[in-house]
Amino acid sequence: MTLIIGDDSRLAEIVLLSLRVSGIALLISTIIGIPTGALLGLTRFRGRRLSVALVYTGMAFPPVVIGLFVYLLLSRSGVFGSLNIAWMPRLFTPEAMILAQVIIAYPLVAGFTMAAVQAVDPALRMQMQSLGASRWQTTWAILEEARVGVIAAVVAGFGGIISEVGAVMLVGGNIAGQTRVLTTAIVLETNKGNFGMALALGVILLSIAFSTNFIILRLEGRAFDE
Amino acid sequence: MNALYHLHDVTVRYGARTVLSVDDLAIQRGEVLAIVGPSGAGKSTLLRLLNFLQPPTSGVVRFDGVAFSASKAAPLAVRRRVTTVFQRPVLLKRSVEANVAYGLRLRGQRDGIDTVRTTLAEVGLAELANQPARTLSGGEAQRVALARAMVLRPDALLLDEPTANLDPYNVGLIEQIVARLNREQGTTIVLVTHNVHQARRLAQRVLFLLDGRAIEIADVRTFFEAPADARTGAFVRGEMVY
Ligand SMILES: Nc1ncnc2c1ncn2[C@@H]1O[C@H](COP(=O)(O)OP(=O)(O)O)[C@@H](O)[C@H]1O
Ligand SMILES: [Mg+2]
Repeated sequence: MTLIIGDDSRLAEIVLLSLRVSGIALLISTIIGIPTGALLGLTRFRGRRLSVALVYTGMAFPPVVIGLFVYLLLSRSGVFGSLNIAWMPRLFTPEAMILAQVIIAYPLVAGFTMAAVQAVDPALRMQMQSLGASRWQTTWAILEEARVGVIAAVVAGFGGIISEVGAVMLVGGNIAGQTRVLTTAIVLETNKGNFGMALALGVILLSIAFSTNFIILRLEGRAFDE
Repeated sequence: MNALYHLHDVTVRYGARTVLSVDDLAIQRGEVLAIVGPSGAGKSTLLRLLNFLQPPTSGVVRFDGVAFSASKAAPLAVRRRVTTVFQRPVLLKRSVEANVAYGLRLRGQRDGIDTVRTTLAEVGLAELANQPARTLSGGEAQRVALARAMVLRPDALLLDEPTANLDPYNVGLIEQIVARLNREQGTTIVLVTHNVHQARRLAQRVLFLLDGRAIEIADVRTFFEAPADARTGAFVRGEMVY
C-alpha cells in the first residue's frame, strides 16, 4: 500500500475525515429522522400529507443540487453568509459538509422509518395500550417491532452520504488536509492520472460500505432470531 | 358499592350511526360476566370502553368510582388495572418469556421473572419459554397472550372471543385457566363469546347485546332456561335471524 500511495498519514487523514463527517451527519440525521418517521407514520395531524410529500421529495433529490443550495446559502453573498450567524458553518469546512450530508440523509432515514412503522401490525398499538403502555411506551414498542426496517433506514442514510461526491465537492472544496474526503480524493487522483492511489481509495471506500452493511445484516439476523 | 364497573347512558357513535347504547349496566366485583350477541352487536366496542381504549361518545363509564368519558381520559394508573386478551393475539417479535414479561416491564417491575415462569407453567408453556413467539401455533400464542395478561394481576380481565378458531384441546385449557383465575384470585372477568355453551360453562351472569342495545342481563340459569325477552330465547336456541 505504502508503495502505491506514498503517504500513509495523508491517507489516514482522508479516511478519518470521511468517517467523521459522515458519522456525525448520520448521527444527527438519525436523532431527528427516526422521531420524524415515527410521527409521520403513526399520527394524523394537519400538514401531515404535505410533510410526507416533502420527505419523499427529499429522498429523491439529487445530492449535487442539495450541495448547490447549501453553497448558495453559506457563500458570502448568500442568505446565511451575509447574516454572519455564529453557529452557521462556513463554506469549505467539514461543518458545511456535515450540513449538506444531513440534508441528504435526514429524509432517507425519516422516509424509510415511516415505511417501517407503517408496516407494523396496526393491532399492536391497541394491544400495547391494553397492556398498560403509555403513549411513549406504545411508540417505542412499535419502533422496536419495526427495528429491522429502522436499522435499514439508518443504513440507507449512511449509504447515501459516505459515497456521495457532488455535494461535498461543492461545499467542502476538496482542500487537502481540511475537507478532502474519500470520494473527492478519488476524483482528484483519477483526474491527475494516479490510478493506483485512486483505486486504493476506492477499495477503502468499498470496504467501509461493505463492512457497515455486514454489521447491519448481523444485527438484523439477531433481531430475527429473537 | 360492590360494582366494579358502572355504565350510565353510554353511547358510541360513528358518524350518524349508533353502534352501542347502554343506559345502565353494572359489572360486579369478582363475577364472570359473559357477553353474547350476533356479529356486529357491539360486543368488542363495549370491551374497548371497559379497557379505556376508546372513549364513549356520550355518557360515563365508572370504574371503581373513577369516571371515564369523552371529556375525561382514564389515568394510566387506572388503565393498568384492566387488560384485554383479544381474539387474535398480537405477540412481539421476542421470546415467549419476554412477551409474558412485557406488561411488567412497562410498569417498571423487573423483578417479576418468578411470576412469569410460574404463569408460563400454569398455561402449560414452561418448555417454550425461550422460543421465539412468532413460531407458536394459534393455541399456544393465545395462551401466551393469556399468561401475559395474568402476570399483571388485573382487577378486571376482558376476553374478546379468546377461543374462536381454536381446537377443543386449547379451548378446554383456556376455559380451565380462566375459571381458576376467577375462583382463586377473584379476578373480575368479562368474556365476549359467540359460543353460548362457553357462556354457560364459565359465566355467572350473561348479557345479550343486539344492535348495540342490552336486551337482557340475567344470571346464567335464568338466561338460558327462562329468558324474559323472546329474542334472547331465539338467540340461545340458535334460531335468531340476522
Ligand atoms: N372504527 C369504526 N368505524 C365505523 N364503524 C365501526 C368501527 N368499529 C366498529 N364499527 C361498527 O360497530 C359495530 C359493532 O362492532 P363490534 O363492536 O366490533 O361488534 P361485535 O364485536 O359484536 O361483532 C359494527 O357494525 C361495526 O361495523
Ligand atoms: Mg367482536
